[in-house]
Amino acid sequence: MTSDPLIIAGRTFGSRLVVGTGKYPSHAVMADAHRAAGADMVTVAVRRVNLTDKSKESLIDYIDRDRIFILPNTAGCYTADDAIRTARLGREVGLSNWVKLEVIGDERTLFPDNVALLEATRVLVAEGFVVLPYTNDDPVICRKLEEAGAAAVMPLGAPIGSGLGIQNPNNIRIIKDQARVPVIVDAGVGTASDAAIAMELGADGVLMNTAIALATDPVAMASAMKLAVEAGRLAYRAGRIPMRPYASPSSPVEGRITPVAVAAGGRAGG
Amino acid sequence: MTIRLNGEPFEIAGPVTISALLAELNIDPRIVAVEHNVVVVKKLQYETTMIGEGDEIEIVRFVGGGTLYDF
Repeated sequence: MTSDPLIIAGRTFGSRLVVGTGKYPSHAVMADAHRAAGADMVTVAVRRVNLTDKSKESLIDYIDRDRIFILPNTAGCYTADDAIRTARLGREVGLSNWVKLEVIGDERTLFPDNVALLEATRVLVAEGFVVLPYTNDDPVICRKLEEAGAAAVMPLGAPIGSGLGIQNPNNIRIIKDQARVPVIVDAGVGTASDAAIAMELGADGVLMNTAIALATDPVAMASAMKLAVEAGRLAYRAGRIPMRPYASPSSPVEGRITPVAVAAGGRAGG
Repeated sequence: MTIRLNGEPFEIAGPVTISALLAELNIDPRIVAVEHNVVVVKKLQYETTMIGEGDEIEIVRFVGGGTLYDF
């Protein structure tokens, strides 16, 4: 296979696995996991500086910025206005105009508020941001986000941190079919096979945080995810066989040494 | 004077520039962003932007997160 980079808004990424920076046991483990994942884009949250305890090491020191592109997110924002403000602040911290846009609509499920998300996307696109919205796995809202100028769409596989895997594979497939921008499955992955399934469905990439950070061995899980994303991508490009309800022999049925009465049923070997 | 800094009242001799406030707080300006009365201030304007009595200042940085959570 030829080189197969992920291109978003004209920027080329060697890896189709995008990872988070939260919930790791330590900054050092996070850095090792990022390396094992082979990721060249990681997402970070924007929060108030702790004015009473500034001794905490800076997360940024543990991200290899020569190799890794930092994608600020608006995690934890519940209104379009908050998300827009956070995006503007993130741009100023990181000096890049990219944002993973999240506008959460419900605390228990962390499902996005699609109405506010669309509104915030329009505003930020008009301000020159490269907007990557985290959205429901709904083909209609994904189309509207693309029409509003989103540089990619990021449908969820399952609720954030749930580890349930891809709940709605057919929707992901439809979203990919209709999209003219990259589709990154964001959230819901629990283990390697989930990531592979997302890629086999045609997703251009997968973003995950919890599945790696809270694994018993985050670095080993990061390696597993890297392989799964690569395997899923290769399988997608290779073109899978159609599913069929009955067997189809893989060896020739002619020339077998044992004469078999050609009767109905049960003749084909594996 | 009293300003509101990250949501809390904060006393500082003023008026001061954003640069001076960050220096007072011992914060590296390269790794934060600052909002002055709900408007983001460009780093190049830290030296010239004056903070006055009652102004609202937010100072933020990047923290770990993929989706919602801090650590």
